[in-house]
Amino acid sequence: MIALNHYLWVSGLLFALGIAGVIARRNALVIYMALEMNLNAANLALVAFSKYNKIVDGQVFVFFIIAIAAAEVAVGLAIIVALFRRKQTVNVDELTTMRL
Amino acid sequence: MNLLATMTTDLGALGERPICAVWLTLFAPLVAAALITLFTRRWKGLSAALSIGAIVLGFVLSLRLFVALAFHGQQHWPHTIQWLVVGNAVRIEFGMTTDPLAILMLLVVTGVGSAIHIYSLGYMKGDPGFSRFFACMSLFTFSMLGIVLSNNFIQIFIFWELVGLSSYLLIGYWFEKDAAAEAGKKAFLTTRVGDFGMMLGILLLWSHAGTFNFAELQAKLPGLIGAPGGHALPPATITLIGALIFCGAVGKSAQVPLHVWLPDAMEGPTPVSAFIHAATMVAAGVYILCRVSWLILPSETALTLIAWVGGITAIMAATIAIAQNDIKRILAYSTLSQLGYMVMAVGLGGPTQAMFHLTTHAFFKALLFLGAGSVIIALHHEQDIWKMGGLWKKTPITFWTFLVGTLALAGVWPLAGFYSKDEILLMAMHKSAPLFLMGAATAFLTAYYMGREVFVVFFGKPRWERPSVAQASRLRSLGEKTAATETVAPPAHEEHEPHESPWVMTLPLVFLSILSVIGGWAGAVPHFLDPQGEVMHSNLGYALLLIPIAGFFVAAKIYWRAEPSDAPVKANLGKIWTLVENKYYFDELYLWIVKYVQGTIATICEWFDRWILQRLGIGGLSVGTGLLGKTVRLLQTGNIQSYAFLFALGVTVIIYYVVVR
Repeated sequence: MIALNHYLWVSGLLFALGIAGVIARRNALVIYMALEMNLNAANLALVAFSKYNKIVDGQVFVFFIIAIAAAEVAVGLAIIVALFRRKQTVNVDELTTMRL
Repeated sequence: MNLLATMTTDLGALGERPICAVWLTLFAPLVAAALITLFTRRWKGLSAALSIGAIVLGFVLSLRLFVALAFHGQQHWPHTIQWLVVGNAVRIEFGMTTDPLAILMLLVVTGVGSAIHIYSLGYMKGDPGFSRFFACMSLFTFSMLGIVLSNNFIQIFIFWELVGLSSYLLIGYWFEKDAAAEAGKKAFLTTRVGDFGMMLGILLLWSHAGTFNFAELQAKLPGLIGAPGGHALPPATITLIGALIFCGAVGKSAQVPLHVWLPDAMEGPTPVSAFIHAATMVAAGVYILCRVSWLILPSETALTLIAWVGGITAIMAATIAIAQNDIKRILAYSTLSQLGYMVMAVGLGGPTQAMFHLTTHAFFKALLFLGAGSVIIALHHEQDIWKMGGLWKKTPITFWTFLVGTLALAGVWPLAGFYSKDEILLMAMHKSAPLFLMGAATAFLTAYYMGREVFVVFFGKPRWERPSVAQASRLRSLGEKTAATETVAPPAHEEHEPHESPWVMTLPLVFLSILSVIGGWAGAVPHFLDPQGEVMHSNLGYALLLIPIAGFFVAAKIYWRAEPSDAPVKANLGKIWTLVENKYYFDELYLWIVKYVQGTIATICEWFDRWILQRLGIGGLSVGTGLLGKTVRLLQTGNIQSYAFLFALGVTVIIYYVVVR
């Protein structure tokens, strides 16, 4: 039997991996993917709670998150593409224009 | 004519209402000073007329007040304005006193002042700052009249400081000259030392009595001293208050040890010296002692202190005077010594006698100073007595009036000085033998040094240089000699021989010499001040006449010759002469104190300021802030990922605390 705890562990693991990716990677695109992973970790936890508590509210939340994430991906990818066109790179260490 | 008539009747009407007259007397000089400063600077004649008009008007009104008081017995017109009220405790008034003491002083200040103002017309002729001079003189008159008429301590203190200010302006009148500027500063600062003590005394008195008003204080004081229970003032407090107020008088009246400013004040124009020495500034100190004598008289200790300070000043200044070479400086030390007499008289419990001597002294000292000024002008601003001589034929009016002044100062019968000095000496004889001996020695020395001055300046062979030579040498030595001689105003006259001064200068001399002759007669002054007091004069006084005669005789023996010189005295006195010539090294002592004591303190303060406050305090703060900023700045990398890392770390820590603990 797969209990709620197992889902939560997987969710936590996914979230930790996402954070690790955001912190450790230098490629903006990869950071973006890691960020998506964080969102989906949260989605997983919400769905698991919804199923466990027999309330659909959590799943409604998840739909909203997926929808908004899709919009956000469109914007974010557009930014990254624009960035690449201007700087010829997506390595965040080289994007230092705003540093003092 | 009509206008004149109306004006006269108006003045008459003012005299009928004495309070109006008093206020007018006080404020006329201030108005004159203001008008001159603001409007009439360019018109020299008009400025002088305003200033002289103000003081002469004051003199006329004072005469009327005097007549009203002396012959019609009008007295005590109370008139005060509530000026400041702070809470229930502090009431400051602006009021007038019109008792005989004030009226007498009013007469002296305006009378002698009028003579000096008129004399200034001649003396200051052609000076570029003519109008400024008269504005300052009027301000000075106003301040002094304010002291005379004040009816409370706060008011008198304000005018007291105003006198200090105007004396500063006048002593430093020729401010282009370093010595004059320095002398002004010295006078101001030295008197400030005494004023500080006086302020403390006033506050201490107020904290016990709760009022500043003289009349109220005088009424309250016996109760305060003798009151049964806890409210009585301990005698020590009374002594302390008396001594502190005496401090102010020590500064203004130039008593030891604050006397050093007075001789230096000779840097001012001669009329100013006459004004300061005769009627105004130095008289203020003695006047205030007489004004508050009821405060001092109950304390034996304070009286003794005052008497001895006066006695020491008298004899010390007289000894210094015998070795001076500047015609005005001799007179300056003589003033010091006469002031010593007055203060001694107060200390011996005789304010009436002090005021008597102050009055007569005002007459003959003003006369002597104006005479000296006349000599100085005659010799084209020469002040060294060794470069004079034989002047009695050239300047007869100056000579005769100067002689009258000298005899009066020395106390020769029947001139004014004889009566007033006699009373003080007789009083000293009754009360304290050592003080009497000091006073008698001073009287001898007074006659001696005045004899020396007269013989050297007016007799013997002429020693003044031919003007062409004199002028050349003066121009040559202007640089180093400015300390000793007055500024060389371009001579307005072309004749080269010494000559008698114009009538505007000789007329005041004659006026003052008449006063010097009659000023002491019949004990009128003491009787006016204190109708009940007995006149001490006795036949013994005539025996004291021997003292000045002996002084003149000795002086004549040494100095009455064609080529007088100090050599025989110098040889006999030896070291003492050097000591006296250097004024007992007071200036050097003060310089030493300032240099070492004040210098050391200043060095310590400077070190503390630089290293503790600046480096450790201010510098430490700034360096500390900088370091902190630099450290914190390390966190601000601009790298989003490291922020994210710290953020995650923070969240983890919070979760750890929330969940696990």
